[in-house]
Amino acid sequence: MPMAADEIEALIREGIPDATVEITDLAGDGDHYAAHVTAESFRGMSRIAQQRAVYAALGGRMGGVLHALQLTTAIPK
Amino acid sequence: MTDPVHARISDIVNSHDVVLFMKGTPLFPQCGFSSRAVAILERIGAPFESVDVLQDQEIRQGIKGYSDWPTIPQLYVKGEFLGGSDIMMEMYEAGELKQLLSEQGVIAA
Repeated sequence: MPMAADEIEALIREGIPDATVEITDLAGDGDHYAAHVTAESFRGMSRIAQQRAVYAALGGRMGGVLHALQLTTAIPK
Repeated sequence: MTDPVHARISDIVNSHDVVLFMKGTPLFPQCGFSSRAVAILERIGAPFESVDVLQDQEIRQGIKGYSDWPTIPQLYVKGEFLGGSDIMMEMYEAGELKQLLSEQGVIAA
């Protein structure tokens, strides 16, 4: 059962409380999203570490029920 | 005792400068993210070894634990995990990927 955008956002915010999350539905099929996650707590972390934090917040759904999530991370300007 | 699959993976990533674990082959990628990763490497002119995880379930599952990264494709340069398709795109757009590969002597500067 694919995931809803707000479910993805809620999970990320639960795992990374200071994150702002922008989700774009790429295909309208509930299975292809792009997420842009910005968080002060990412400052000083490598891109891989930032993305791992998001994947950890998604609790193992990445690559499973959540097949295609295009992810970009950033620190606030 | 190291995991035999991890040992296999370690052999592969340490015997080629650039290795892309992907779904399908560079000629016939079976997933959008994998084909994007191939396109990036080809555009930079980086020679790379590709491993089709769809043909090797052991590697397909083992690679995720090996790099602590849940998705495919995965790029390795000189044995080091660099990231998935999204990070490759970000690095490519920032010119960092080309710079890193030329610093590593994989492509001409």
